[in-house]
Amino acid sequence: MSRISNEEVARIAHLARLELSANEIAELAGEMEAILGAVARVQEAAKSDVVPTSHPLALVNVTRPDVVRPSLTPESALSGAPASEEDRFRVPQILGEEA
Amino acid sequence: MSELIYKSAAQLSESLAKKEVSAREVTQAHLDQITKVDQAVHAFLFVDTEGALAQADQVDAARAKGENLGPLAGVPLALKDILAQEGIPTTCGSKILEGWRPPYSATVVKKLRAAGVVILGKTNMDEFAMGSSTENSAFGTTQNPWDLTRIPGGSGGGSAAALAAFEAPLAIGSDTGGSIRQPAAVTGTVGVKPTYGGVSRYGVIAYSSSLDQVGPCARTVLDTALLHEVIAGHDDYDATSINAPTPPVVAAAKRADVKGMKIGVIKELSGDGYESGVSERFEESLEILRSQGATIEMVSCPNFDYGLAAYYLIAPSEASSNLARFDAMRYGLRVGDDGSRSAEEVMSMTRAAGFGREVKRRIVLGTYALSAGYYDAYYGSAQKVRTLITQDFAKAFSSVDVLVSPTTPTVAFPIGAKSNDPVAMYLSDVATIPVNLAGVAAMSLPAGLSEGLPVGFQIIAPAMKDDRLYQVGAALERELAAKWGGVLTTKAPKLSSSAGA
Repeated sequence: MSRISNEEVARIAHLARLELSANEIAELAGEMEAILGAVARVQEAAKSDVVPTSHPLALVNVTRPDVVRPSLTPESALSGAPASEEDRFRVPQILGEEA
Repeated sequence: MSELIYKSAAQLSESLAKKEVSAREVTQAHLDQITKVDQAVHAFLFVDTEGALAQADQVDAARAKGENLGPLAGVPLALKDILAQEGIPTTCGSKILEGWRPPYSATVVKKLRAAGVVILGKTNMDEFAMGSSTENSAFGTTQNPWDLTRIPGGSGGGSAAALAAFEAPLAIGSDTGGSIRQPAAVTGTVGVKPTYGGVSRYGVIAYSSSLDQVGPCARTVLDTALLHEVIAGHDDYDATSINAPTPPVVAAAKRADVKGMKIGVIKELSGDGYESGVSERFEESLEILRSQGATIEMVSCPNFDYGLAAYYLIAPSEASSNLARFDAMRYGLRVGDDGSRSAEEVMSMTRAAGFGREVKRRIVLGTYALSAGYYDAYYGSAQKVRTLITQDFAKAFSSVDVLVSPTTPTVAFPIGAKSNDPVAMYLSDVATIPVNLAGVAAMSLPAGLSEGLPVGFQIIAPAMKDDRLYQVGAALERELAAKWGGVLTTKAPKLSSSAGA
């Protein structure tokens, strides 16, 4: 089991959009190593001739008739929003422009 | 009125139908019990006193008018806080959803309401259903009514504790790796993980979508079956819902006959790591089933040894994707939105503030397992193990009708005993996890006590043969209850308002 570096944990946390403190990163690096050490044994069983299973049901393209059904009103859809404006979700800047 | 809380849902159903008691009286008795003991147990995150009484009054009015009501109309229920209920706080045990009131209800909630089931409130759980003890809830740990210093299991510890503390005769749980069955085992109650796709997941906050399944919890096998029948069935709103009739679970619970059935004992789910008291109760239950006319044989499922490892790759991987929706934009917590920060920074800060340690741990683990360079070695290998475990089940079910094992290797452990050792905590689910990986059905029911604490007996049936769980479970329960003078929870300590806290 290779050592998981703090930099690796920080990179993964960034991919997951999760801000972690230096302490949390160091702690997680140790825990990840213990957990990955315990779960890596799946590789012993995973021979090349075994087909992977992603889901217990072998379903393909479940569809339903395209019929108009009632949906949430704007008020109701926005009722849990942290911020809203003019019947829309208000979000922080997304393109790095001046606020 | 206090004796109402000790009745089963089936008994309440009969009394309600005969108008010996009103739904309001039944509901009030349970609300009173919650007021009395929940400070000590902390099974509930939210109690909907007014809503519950209003639902009860509706049932009473409908009954007075002579309307045709279902068997559970007027019977109270505790709802795991993973299910969206319109207008009712729904947190999933997380700070990131604190204060959120969903604008819609889960299909299961709609079915409960349509059946006249009275929803008392929302029960505590490990945050986003990640845990085996409720210690990962952002809102405090639930205490096991059998011993308030011990865990009630998890993630659905609140629902199981509510049953064992007689705060509700029925509860809903969800089971991704054992979150219905392990709490049932350690609280002396009954819990069923139905066949994957047997119950709608619409409106159930997703943890690991290919493993998650909602199911019924109660104190008796028949009550569990009655609830199973209400919540199961195809749902257009869940693309993974099975479009086939629900297995005849209530009829099977009433039949309660194992004569001629073949029962397989899973060799890999016994021995080392299983407490002697757990093994003894398990063996005694096997003896009962044998004396009732079942044939017992040993069955080997060699790949179950890899189940836990596969689960702790697949579930975090799916969770890392599912929990991406908590992005601080449309609902829930938002932190740091002061005009100076980008959406991405606000997202990262909010997720840092809103998620607890175990959730962060699993998001990072899952993101790692899915990331370029590691995918084949971790997630890919785990998916292959999933195939092997499914094949083990198929082979076993070609020679036996059901499989059995202890539900958990140990009885309830003390609160705090494993909270700093994730790998030790994960071992709590070693016997329940293979079931989720294969999507088959399973039940845990009480097998007795070990050192004063409940032991669970697990029954596993092939997909869409959920009725077999009830047939075997009810037969075993009948014999055990005769020996104990009632189902196991009748032996649970009667909590007083001064208990613990």
